[in-house]
Amino acid sequence: MIRFRNVTKHYPRSGNALEDISFHIRKGEFAFLIGPSGAGKTTALRLVHMETAPTGGEVTVSRYSSSRIRRREIPQLRRRVGFVFQDFRLLERLTAAENIAFALQATGAPRAEIRPKVMRLLGHVGLASRAKAYPGELSGGERQRVAIARALATDPLVLLADEPTGNLDERASIGVFELFRQLNALGTAVILATHDTTLLRRSPETRVLELESGRLVYDSASDAAARPARPSAGASPIFEFVADAADAPGRSETRQAGPEGPGGSAP
Amino acid sequence: MRPFREALVSLIRRPVLATLSVTAIGLSLFIVGLFGLTAHNISRALASVEEKVEIVAYLTDEIGEDQLRLVRTEIGAYPEVASVEYVSKTEALYNASRELTEFSDVFPDLEINPLPASLEIRLRPGHRTPGAVQEVAARLGSYEFVDDVRFGREWVDRIHTLRRIAGGTALVLGGSFAIVAMLLVGTTVRMSIHARSTEIAIMENVGATSGFIQRPFLVEGLISGVLGGLLAWALTYVAYRLLDRAVFAVLWLPDPWILAGILAGGILGMVAAQRSVRRELRNLYAI
Ligand SMILES: Nc1ncnc2c1ncn2[C@@H]1O[C@H](COP(=O)(O)OP(=O)(O)OP(=O)(O)O)[C@@H](O)[C@H]1O
Ligand SMILES: [Mg+2]
Repeated sequence: MIRFRNVTKHYPRSGNALEDISFHIRKGEFAFLIGPSGAGKTTALRLVHMETAPTGGEVTVSRYSSSRIRRREIPQLRRRVGFVFQDFRLLERLTAAENIAFALQATGAPRAEIRPKVMRLLGHVGLASRAKAYPGELSGGERQRVAIARALATDPLVLLADEPTGNLDERASIGVFELFRQLNALGTAVILATHDTTLLRRSPETRVLELESGRLVYDSASDAAARPARPSAGASPIFEFVADAADAPGRSETRQAGPEGPGGSAP
Repeated sequence: MRPFREALVSLIRRPVLATLSVTAIGLSLFIVGLFGLTAHNISRALASVEEKVEIVAYLTDEIGEDQLRLVRTEIGAYPEVASVEYVSKTEALYNASRELTEFSDVFPDLEINPLPASLEIRLRPGHRTPGAVQEVAARLGSYEFVDDVRFGREWVDRIHTLRRIAGGTALVLGGSFAIVAMLLVGTTVRMSIHARSTEIAIMENVGATSGFIQRPFLVEGLISGVLGGLLAWALTYVAYRLLDRAVFAVLWLPDPWILAGILAGGILGMVAAQRSVRRELRNLYAI
């Protein structure tokens, strides 16, 4: 459903954010997108959302291709691809319900359908009782749930989540993560870009795509994925990443919580 | 309905700027309205004069009846000519004696009639221009039996010059104000767009069409423009009442002109808004 074919994204001033990336995510799949800061995770998600076009290769999402899509088709694509941000991006002057209704109105949902659908979506994310609360009156985890409900308003095939737990404490993070898993179980594909290794450890069976300096260095779906020879070859890439993360400076949003700690128990 | 509600909210949130742009549109159209009033009154007053625009061809006494008939039909067939009237020597004398009463005693005593017969030619409405009058006059002058051709050339010229000056002034003044008005409307709309950039980003993110995103801002321009048009209407009406009462009887503008003025305001506002929308929302869905 989502396919990257030799995708390169070059930025004139910062070089290649992604370099020759190929992978395929099937309908209803759940995939982690991991990698240190600057690895290209956000860039990859923005390519799926067609906020930017690849400078090489091709991204296809459902029936849309980055090399053929027309400007006026992009709104249709966006309705099939929900996007969730680290900082929620809710409208502060609207209630939870109104924030969700806003997306429905913006995408031309019939008036009569909006109210019941908002209530249903709030129910899906476990916030039925907070419909009338303003974002300022909600916890971080609750706000992210509202944002997720809004992303679901157009019945997308896939949810893209860019560091969705980055602003949350551990308990809230796990709650939001479990919500993604539930939604996935109901059929929505999820691509979750994260630094949060606790989430990876909670679901070891989940597909993992690891980026490093714009290259796909690991794809758990194809263990044979071309990996550059690395001194620590043999260890799980996930935990190498954890070690990398711990060393990288200025990474305040990275959570190294958990009893295991960074670089801890490799299997 | 949504675009209208949002446009109104935007305008109400920025009352000073909104008032400024409405006023600017109002003033530019008010200038046009004033000149419209002037032009309308000039043309009405001069329409009667213009209607009288006629060319008189004095005939020589040697003209025979057959020749006269021929000349009349020929001139009557000119596309510019509405009517040709023959005034005989006798009629000319009679008219003269009636109009110049102080000489009325003299005329009956004249042994020979010194006045020539003439053809009075009226032109069709579309041809009462200095050029057409002159051309028809020249053609008449080339007839053998036409002695002299007279027409109110100065009058004709003056009417047209006056109207051209009024029109030109209205265009230049109204045009300059319209440019200022468009800049102000553009700025107002631009600020509305900036004030709603978060919402716009969310709409773009969830897949609202660019038309849906842009419409409220275009409507905002439209509303400012129509309000400006209504303001201009009110100002022009006040000016009309003052003139009518203080100076002389003035005619009010015909309804279609007023409607056209208000419409012009709406278009002005919308075009200004469109320019801002184009510039500010150029990157919607650009990849
Ligand atoms: N719009 C842009 N213009 C220029 N360079 C960019 C742009 N967006 C991203 N980059 C560059 O591309 C590289 C990858 O950035 P990206 O945001 O995808 O990384 P990331 O994996 O999401 O990092 P983080 O974990 O810190 O969010 C970085 O070097 C970044 O500087
Ligand atoms: Mg990022």
